[in-house]
Amino acid sequence: MAKVPVQFTLNGSEKAEFVESGTTLLNALRDKIGDTSPKGGCHQGTCGACSVIIDGELRLSCLTLAETCGGANIKTTAGLAEGGVLHPLQRAFLDGFATQCGFCTPGMIMAAKVLLDRTPNPSREDVVEALSGNVCRCTGYEPIIQAVLSAARANSQNVA
Amino acid sequence: MELRKDYFADVRTDGLNEIGQPRPRLDSPGHVTGKTAYFADRNFPGMLHLKMVRSPHHHARIRSIDTSEAEKHPGVVKVLTARDVPHNVYTILILIQIGPEDETVLADGKVRWKGEAVVAVLAETERAAQEAAAKVKVDYEVLPAVFDMEEALKPGAPLVNEYHGQNYYLYDSGECRKVRFGDVEAGFAQADHILEQSYQSSPIEHAPTETTGCVVAPEGNDRFTCYTNTQAMFFTLDNASIILQMQGSKLHFVGGTVGGGFGGKVDVIVEPIAILAAKLTGRPVCFIYSREEEMQISSPRAAEKVVIKDGVMKDGRIVARKVTGYTDAGAYSRHSPYGAQKGAAHYPGPYTIPNVWIDTYCVYTNRTPSSAMRGFGVTIGDFALEVQMDKLARLIGMDPLELRFINAYRDGDMKAHRQPTEGAALIECMQEASRAANWPVAEKYMAMSSYRKGA
Ligand code: FES
Ligand code: FES
Repeated sequence: MAKVPVQFTLNGSEKAEFVESGTTLLNALRDKIGDTSPKGGCHQGTCGACSVIIDGELRLSCLTLAETCGGANIKTTAGLAEGGVLHPLQRAFLDGFATQCGFCTPGMIMAAKVLLDRTPNPSREDVVEALSGNVCRCTGYEPIIQAVLSAARANSQNVA
Repeated sequence: MELRKDYFADVRTDGLNEIGQPRPRLDSPGHVTGKTAYFADRNFPGMLHLKMVRSPHHHARIRSIDTSEAEKHPGVVKVLTARDVPHNVYTILILIQIGPEDETVLADGKVRWKGEAVVAVLAETERAAQEAAAKVKVDYEVLPAVFDMEEALKPGAPLVNEYHGQNYYLYDSGECRKVRFGDVEAGFAQADHILEQSYQSSPIEHAPTETTGCVVAPEGNDRFTCYTNTQAMFFTLDNASIILQMQGSKLHFVGGTVGGGFGGKVDVIVEPIAILAAKLTGRPVCFIYSREEEMQISSPRAAEKVVIKDGVMKDGRIVARKVTGYTDAGAYSRHSPYGAQKGAAHYPGPYTIPNVWIDTYCVYTNRTPSSAMRGFGVTIGDFALEVQMDKLARLIGMDPLELRFINAYRDGDMKAHRQPTEGAALIECMQEASRAANWPVAEKYMAMSSYRKGA
């Protein structure tokens, strides 16, 4: 099968790969580049476990073809902690018992990050709406919603 | 969290240093940084992908299987059928002597449920495996199927599973698991009221966010490392050892990280065939359920039917309880004979009833095999029992919580299956629930104790 070159920035570093045409970004990240933080829960756009941020937008990497990502700036949960210091969202998920099996966590954190980047002081409804594309079968969602709200509070205290 | 140390203060021996203390989960740092390694995060060069050809029929004889076109498909490395599996007929509970072996790893001569695995295709890519699987030709003779437990138990019903010879699991006690305690008919004769009700449930899918699967890597020393999300590591290792007729020392299982299980990952389903494929090809093999397979193929919680007949006195004492429980195993046993057995012990509920009669049947039908799920064998029963308790309370015009205090089991009471009650805290839990829910009960109930009789 024909291979196509793709080049993009992943968590701040340049990546270049040859992928088979039709390869999803999810599979390219996981199998070729070795970033397994986005998870494949359905490969059909229904669970949100594969969520990544492409040029500031929340995207399902299982429905995004790698070959359409040339030149893009891609962020995943694996690149969120800076210099070994957890991002406030990661800290809040950790402290707030917002992970159980953890399979939905990287996707949840991506969705929450896009929300907080745009809406630093979200309402509970904003959080619920922002996470509505992400399935969690373990937590019952409440600890996740609370973690996002508490990360937002921590952020605004740091800014103040 | 508030810890009420006044309960059991005079019998408590521990200091409870841990309970009530917030402790971080050990695995959370990996989860929030995306570093936790799930089985599918292992990738090996040259890894093959396994896809199953599955039965489109609920019940059918297999006349012939033709894999020649699939084998020719570009990228296909190997196609496996029943004759490739060393010990093809197995049952997982054989490890605790619950037989007979009744399920095939790959169908041999017959399929008994829609979705049953028939042929395994191994290819260089997932897509090639999928395309080749569609080229396997299976000639079926469709047989009459049965989907309803009570229909399945009638004489003349289609026989689902020849390894059993009848559509129910044969316990050492006969066609059902039985509990007999006191004289249930005498209890009904003495009762002021009789209430008979029937409750039923449908299968429930666990729907874990991570689908069932494994990755197997052949090692240089004729050993195989199996990365799996099974919830039952050694159970799976031992069953794989039987199915593959391979010493357990040849198998190295790596797991413990499960992306949601809820009981849905305790069947031995993906590992043996993936290890066999790795052995026969000498290549790493990945077998992951698609989301569709997870929802349609993996075992659900069994459908159940529970018929409860109670005799109750005007003062609230339940004097007789007769329960007939049916557990729909689907086409194969898996964990269901055990689930139905648990139900037999459980149906009196957390209540002391002097006259009890219980029959629980584990029934075979042409439905997806069911298995474990959170409290299987008792959860649906609890739903039925507690709805029944509310109905009894309404029938005699009594507060439903007070009815439960009157019948609650206490330390020293003999349970119907002849286990004396120990460490019961039901009374105390209900007292606390009464306060927390602001559902007051008479003072005499608030003065009761699980372990101080007469108090
Ligand atoms: S894997 Fe992309 S939405 Fe489920
Ligand atoms: S923590 Fe398991 S799916 Fe969310």
